[in-house]
Amino acid sequence: MSQVQALVLNMFEQGFLFAFLGLGVLITFRFFRFPDLTAEGSYPLGGAVAAALLVAGTNPFLATLGAIFAGAAAGLATALIHTKLRINNIIAGIIVMTALYTINLRVMGKANTPLLNTPTVFGDVAGWFSLSENVMTTIPIAAAMLAIGGLLLVWFFHTDLGLAVRATGQNETMALSLGVDVDRTKMVGLALSNGFIALSGALVAQNHGFADIGMGIGILVTGAAAVLIGEAIFGDRTIAVWVFAAIVGVLLYRLLVALALRLGLEPIDLRLVTALLLLLALAIPRFRRRILR
Amino acid sequence: MILELHRISTTFLRGTANAVKALDQLSLAVAPGEFVTIIGSNGAGKSTLIKSIAGLAPPDEGRDITPLPVYARAAAIGRIAQDPAESTCAVMTIEENLAMAARRGQARGLRLAVDDRARERFRAALAPIGLGLEARLAARVGTLSGGQRQALALLMATISGSRLLLLDEHAASLDPKTAEIVMALTARLVEERGLTTLMVTHNMQDALRWGNRLVMLHAGRVLFDARGAEKAALTVPGLVERFHQVAEDKLAFHR
Repeated sequence: MSQVQALVLNMFEQGFLFAFLGLGVLITFRFFRFPDLTAEGSYPLGGAVAAALLVAGTNPFLATLGAIFAGAAAGLATALIHTKLRINNIIAGIIVMTALYTINLRVMGKANTPLLNTPTVFGDVAGWFSLSENVMTTIPIAAAMLAIGGLLLVWFFHTDLGLAVRATGQNETMALSLGVDVDRTKMVGLALSNGFIALSGALVAQNHGFADIGMGIGILVTGAAAVLIGEAIFGDRTIAVWVFAAIVGVLLYRLLVALALRLGLEPIDLRLVTALLLLLALAIPRFRRRILR
Repeated sequence: MILELHRISTTFLRGTANAVKALDQLSLAVAPGEFVTIIGSNGAGKSTLIKSIAGLAPPDEGRDITPLPVYARAAAIGRIAQDPAESTCAVMTIEENLAMAARRGQARGLRLAVDDRARERFRAALAPIGLGLEARLAARVGTLSGGQRQALALLMATISGSRLLLLDEHAASLDPKTAEIVMALTARLVEERGLTTLMVTHNMQDALRWGNRLVMLHAGRVLFDARGAEKAALTVPGLVERFHQVAEDKLAFHR
């Protein structure tokens, strides 16, 4: 396999798994317009819950579903702290993120849970077609799951409840005066967002073969960078374009990171690369406007 | 009575040296179908009155008979503020804004918000306004002019089950011609839907021309209240004279 081929395959495999994170961050970062730090805890929570359930012998699909519900519960906790106690949403996210660190350790019972001999959703689905789990089977499986997740999200944001959730983030005064219970819509939005993020953590853990307490560190910036890269390319349009842009953003982000590593940068340099990518994604739209003028 | 306010008081910055009494034991009863125009100088308490009714500025004195949160009151109350950015959502489309308004007071579930039937209904509601919005259902509201946004806000406030319409200088930020269109639309919708309406305005002529009752506020109290034929007979100079006369009487009384 040539280097380019390996690079592209890796981009799609890892990109499709991380794309769920991008979709989750899109909900809070773009629709609710605040960086929800719950993600830093709900991403490893998804990995931890899936890993603990898999080690206990649970079916991979049920284990993944359990991870989604755990993530949604984490988002709900942040929303409850924000709405019922009237605590700033960023602080509420930090509180839950901090609490989740301990919870994740308790769920796994240790800092790292290997998943070497447990079944995974990728292995199970590949098995339906008498194939084995490898990068060539994981890519289409992850792509199919992502297509379903993305379509569900686009559909949701066109329903009555979905419109109310969007309006809550974009214009809370108007939502209130149209009779929207904004406390409830904030709970729905944050639960949905962190459900997607935890799903990403659960899938990545199964793909990498372990869940680790540190897997969530810096994950919000990764998601935000991906959302912003997508937006820099596609601009600010319809919901469907936003969802598609977030997925493309994650893929590009993964590609750029992989390229940086190939160019001789070491893993310890990655955070600097991420920061520069984020800066670039934020700066490009401004330059583009200037050029158009 | 559709709305009764009994001796409500609202104080901002309460307990500080800068405390401002926006409403001072104000009482007002509004009968169904009344279209009340509210005038008064700056700081008379006009906006606070509207916000008290909507639940955005709960009074600190006076019995609040509907201890409902803002969103629950909104089931029966349509409200439009002066700033078009407050009453419509810029990043959502015209049809999405209308679809949200159409669900006022109803459960919001997982039903697609905009279908062909809804679009038909929205077009029919938008066409009589004459601003061409019926052909731009999928356009973002942020691309509309201030007047178009206020016209849309009016439709949104009246398209569903609201019985009370609160207008807080909703035409004040518009140019005279657009303001005229918005005011005519207001009168038509109020008439068609038989809405009870409270309209705050800075414009004395508008206050005289529209509605069937006029209330003048001053220092958080009702200074003057005219309905029916009495209101119809009012003129701008008469209103100004009335204002000075009553204000002086009250001053004399307080002395």
